[in-house]
Amino acid sequence: MSHTGEPAELAEAPDRDLAPLVAELREAVGDEWVYTQEHQLRTYESDGLLQYHSIPAAAVLPGSAEETQAVVRACAKADVPWVARGAGSGLSGGAVPIEKGVLIVMSRMKRVLDVDLANQRVCVEPGVTNLAVTGAVAPDYFYPPDPSSQIVCSIGGNIAENSGGAHCFKYGFTTNYVVGLELVLPDGELVQIGGKELEPPGYDILGAFVGSEGTLGVATKAWLRVMPAPESVKTLVAFFDTTREAGEVVSQIVQAGVVPGAIEMMDKLAIEAADAMSHAGWVGEDGPRGAALLVELDGAERECEARFDEVVKMCEDCGSDDVRVARDETERALFWKSRKSAFPAMGRLSPNYFVQDGVIPRTKLPEVLERMDELAEEYGMRVANVFHAGDGNLHPLVCYDGRVEGEAERAEELSGLILEACLDAGGSITGEHGVGLDKKKHMPKMFDEPDLATFQRLRCAFDPAGLANPDKVMPTPRLCGEVPGPYRQHPLEAAGLAERF
Amino acid sequence: MATQEVATERPGSPKEAADLLRGLAEAKRVVRPRGGATKLAWGGKGEPVSVELETGAMNRILEHNEGDLTAVLEAGVSLGEAQATFAEKGQMLALDPPLGSDDAATVGGLVATADSGPLRHRYGGVRDLVVGISIALSDGTLAKAGGKVIKNVAGYDLAKLFTGSYGTLGLIVGVNVRLHPLQTDTATAMASTEHPERLTTALATLGRLPLEAGCLDVAWQGHRGQALVRFAGAAAEHQAATTAGHMRDAGLDEVETVSDDAALWARQRDGQRSAAGAVLKVSGRTSDLGAAIGAARDADGALVGRAAQGLYWIAFEGAELTERVAHVRSALEPRACVLLDAPDELRTAIDPWGPVDPGALALMGRVKERFDPAGILRPGAFVGGI
Repeated sequence: MSHTGEPAELAEAPDRDLAPLVAELREAVGDEWVYTQEHQLRTYESDGLLQYHSIPAAAVLPGSAEETQAVVRACAKADVPWVARGAGSGLSGGAVPIEKGVLIVMSRMKRVLDVDLANQRVCVEPGVTNLAVTGAVAPDYFYPPDPSSQIVCSIGGNIAENSGGAHCFKYGFTTNYVVGLELVLPDGELVQIGGKELEPPGYDILGAFVGSEGTLGVATKAWLRVMPAPESVKTLVAFFDTTREAGEVVSQIVQAGVVPGAIEMMDKLAIEAADAMSHAGWVGEDGPRGAALLVELDGAERECEARFDEVVKMCEDCGSDDVRVARDETERALFWKSRKSAFPAMGRLSPNYFVQDGVIPRTKLPEVLERMDELAEEYGMRVANVFHAGDGNLHPLVCYDGRVEGEAERAEELSGLILEACLDAGGSITGEHGVGLDKKKHMPKMFDEPDLATFQRLRCAFDPAGLANPDKVMPTPRLCGEVPGPYRQHPLEAAGLAERF
Repeated sequence: MATQEVATERPGSPKEAADLLRGLAEAKRVVRPRGGATKLAWGGKGEPVSVELETGAMNRILEHNEGDLTAVLEAGVSLGEAQATFAEKGQMLALDPPLGSDDAATVGGLVATADSGPLRHRYGGVRDLVVGISIALSDGTLAKAGGKVIKNVAGYDLAKLFTGSYGTLGLIVGVNVRLHPLQTDTATAMASTEHPERLTTALATLGRLPLEAGCLDVAWQGHRGQALVRFAGAAAEHQAATTAGHMRDAGLDEVETVSDDAALWARQRDGQRSAAGAVLKVSGRTSDLGAAIGAARDADGALVGRAAQGLYWIAFEGAELTERVAHVRSALEPRACVLLDAPDELRTAIDPWGPVDPGALALMGRVKERFDPAGILRPGAFVGGI
């Protein structure tokens, strides 16, 4: 594998003859669904974060839970590490394959298995896209977690990453909508946790699994909660001279007890980039404004109307002389297109950029923005900012030119310092992109050794052999020892239900 | 049966709690964490408890970050006290379970038992509101997971793992929670009927509408049932009136809207507990409501529940509890019906948890072994004898 500027840090499975395993994989899923040629494997070398790449020994595309189980079981028997991959749109390197390991690609499993609107549940295979879940229940219902990549990203990937989106301040994250999972555990066991019902007895394995970044097993089926679509949706975008003014509006909205469906902020550079792509007319003759705030209220019509007027007034009171209310669905779609094109559009302003994903307590926004400005100036680099402002999730985009020697390293360094500013403010190193490979090194800044060791306990309960996505999340590789302490026969063991590992 | 003497330890800090636990593990003493002791008997009997680790001396509200709608609480903080503090700033922790005798329920105990009340409808359960956790394990480890911000995916979500773990994985010493604006200016639409199928249909319809209600509950007692839908905020009266219209359309009787509605909802909460009888919690579906009412009626039980979430509580008073509980369980099979409140002899007579999928159970057993390797935390009291 290689990585811009830094020494290789990806795990590599030990050298051994994988031919017997590959034969077994072919047996399990059929010849045509096992790739071993380099030109085939190149497709899967990265996820959405292109600077990390690696070629596995084989990529396998199972077509069913049983086939997935057979694949995982074969890997377990051969003691070969594996990585599960959804759509490959992740932004933390979480789906980067392990060299000489197996990549399990879930994209063939994309059936919607059950739509039960009476109970507001949908059961899908992991390869189903996020948008297709809403598609299966529209127009009366919707699936709230909506990552920007929702057209392509898969539910299996959303589960691994606990994906959020623009609407999670009001509606929550993937973890709040997964009510059941069928899992293949790293030892090849197939188990069902939960189902259509909430709060099944036992440990909240669902809560532990969602967001575990493929390190605890692979989901082969998911039961999801969907919601009645809101009666009314109202969207505005307001422009300000400074991000501070826009931030003040966010504070006022939250203080007033208004819970917008979405509340998104963009700074000058992000507005400029986005508008160049969406042509929404967000940049006037005098160039882009200092900040744009997109606020969307949804809910019961009368409540929505009343609250919306309040929000318009707050924007004006805080210094906006340009509040645009979406007049129809087309205009609303255009607002969102502008917001969502901020990332891809950045490519027009800068040859390369790093997308950062930090979280801060929302009230710390002004001081963290100030710190970012200082850092950007110190490094002589441009940093564009896009925020999920309601929940304090920042996406600074650090612009650089990869053709200039050393720029990528400096940009990454700057990006890391921005995260430290988030942590200093009491926040987190990732709000929705995950730790993956990219942020392993930052984990010790957020968590102390006993915390990391405690995380490892969970991992060992699921994967004592360390075969599931082993080089992700944790900053240093760890092995699972025997369960310490004197041997006590477990009640399950006595009942013949479980074996000791 | 002779009762064993139970010692009580009252650590004053998380560090002290962790050290105590390590010592108790070395001495092989069976430990039960204890908050306000309002749900102490919930779960299985398990091995006889030797020491109770009581959290009452860790009772500080460490942070209330109004602007960020978050709070950092020690485990022994009483939920009532925390709510009073948040309410001063127009905020709340959106959990309203029954608080038990003397309103003694603590935040730690609430997380450990994953209890909830009518606000569950809109805001989710404990798991959906806890954003970070601090825990002490039986080998003396003191660890944290999550954070203080509402959005965060760094590290494993151990806060969820510990939610509803009944003290069997470790001692919860602190929790970080997400807050919401306080529900003020409330109004409730309510209606009743003696026809279960009419009630079921009405609630199914209400659950499908984008009402954005704070609470949406059902109650059934004797020969009559009720639907209750609560709203808050500026448009509450209007929303309640509209909902009352839907209730009339559905053929329900005694339709009314009530703005002084606190007592109505206190009654719904109270229906989840029983001082002398027994309570079964049903993890079901919305579409199970008819069956749940039928089973409760046949067994002379009273039902309350979150109709659109499929969560129901059936309370039994009087004699022959074992038979009546067994009847409901078999009528609602394969739904999980967990016994919460119950007299000692009933808890001994039947498995309070009921059956759990063997594969899932084996995994849970491995989780237990990793977090409580000494096996001193309520051994045998959790599902499947974990």
